[in-house]
Amino acid sequence: MDPSPTPLDLLIDLLSIVCILAGCLMSLAAAIGLLRFPDLLSRMHAATKPQVLGLLLLLTAVGLQLRSWAVVPVLLVAWIFQLLTVPVAAHMVGRAGYRTRHVHRELLTVDELDEVVQSAARGETPDGRPE
Amino acid sequence: MIRKRISLRQELPLLVWLVVVWAALWQDFSPGNLLFGALIAVVVARVFYLPPVELSGRFSLPQALLFAAIFLWDVLLASFQVFGRAVFSGPRVRNAIVAVPLRSHSDLMVTATGHVLSLVPGSLVVEVDRSTSTLYVHALHVATPADVQRIRRDVRRTEAWLIRVMGSKTELAALRGESVKGTEP
Amino acid sequence: MTGAHAVLVAVGVILTLAAGGTIYRIAVGPSLLDRVLAADVLLAVLGAALATEMAVNRHLDNLVLLIAVSVIGFIGSVAVARFVSDRRG
Repeated sequence: MDPSPTPLDLLIDLLSIVCILAGCLMSLAAAIGLLRFPDLLSRMHAATKPQVLGLLLLLTAVGLQLRSWAVVPVLLVAWIFQLLTVPVAAHMVGRAGYRTRHVHRELLTVDELDEVVQSAARGETPDGRPE
Repeated sequence: MIRKRISLRQELPLLVWLVVVWAALWQDFSPGNLLFGALIAVVVARVFYLPPVELSGRFSLPQALLFAAIFLWDVLLASFQVFGRAVFSGPRVRNAIVAVPLRSHSDLMVTATGHVLSLVPGSLVVEVDRSTSTLYVHALHVATPADVQRIRRDVRRTEAWLIRVMGSKTELAALRGESVKGTEP
Repeated sequence: MTGAHAVLVAVGVILTLAAGGTIYRIAVGPSLLDRVLAADVLLAVLGAALATEMAVNRHLDNLVLLIAVSVIGFIGSVAVARFVSDRRG
């Protein structure tokens, strides 16, 4: 598009291609995790987290291609919105999943929350963790 | 409805953030736009009233930048780890829910620690006990007790970073005392 | 520009595979929360496509749409999670 692409332009283009491909791969990683992990909570790890990095890479590519510092704050704000919302959604879904017995207990090596829930159910003090 | 008056100093971070968002969305950081944004921010903060977030009044910018860099590196590393785990371990993955008692009892620190943990792949906060400020962290691929110890250490390390960035002076002093004392997990 | 073209084809293939995987998970379930999670990822795949289009054609028009899509995913997940916990206690 440019009349004479300088080496710098080529470098920027190359960087943004890498960012785009890596960002899209993160989406694929989420999908593979969704398909391959056995229970809800491990799927959540795969589903929500790679998106954080994926969106960062894609927005970096947008910023690189626009070649302007003025757009950096908007892109940063878009990313920070994602940073603020993703953990909240993940926590809500994870908590609902744990409370409604969606967790496959045989897949957990340690479950220290279960001990607390059991002792609370027996009517012991809520803050006294067993042992 | 009785509203507790909040000082401008307490409200200032929120207002500044709102103005930055406003200017960023317009892509216009000229003084006029900033002034208009500040006006809107004050109106929004007055009309849509929320309980004030109790900040400690301390914020270390160098530590914050350092923490941001470490955070990004952790996210990068862990994203690929989870990717690899999804492709290679898949259905055979074993997890754990680990109880991690935190040092700080302020709501802000507990929330921030949980938030950062949830953003870094491989850990997820399932439940929070506010009275004892204990986080129940679900972690991917935990097979041995050593892994459990590693998770607990990582969580406490994250909290230590956040205390260094914006913890209160007493929390910071406690952290210092702890690291002088030596090998606290 | 065959190089840029190849990149676009690769992005198309990757995102199609990702979308296919998430749609399969939405169809199979097994639980409501799994489906919500997969729907959230599907929205993220859509977001990735929007961002790629912005980078390739050098504009910012989709950014608002991108934020709207992620906010919809957030509100949807939280609403369904609350609904699920309320219903079963």
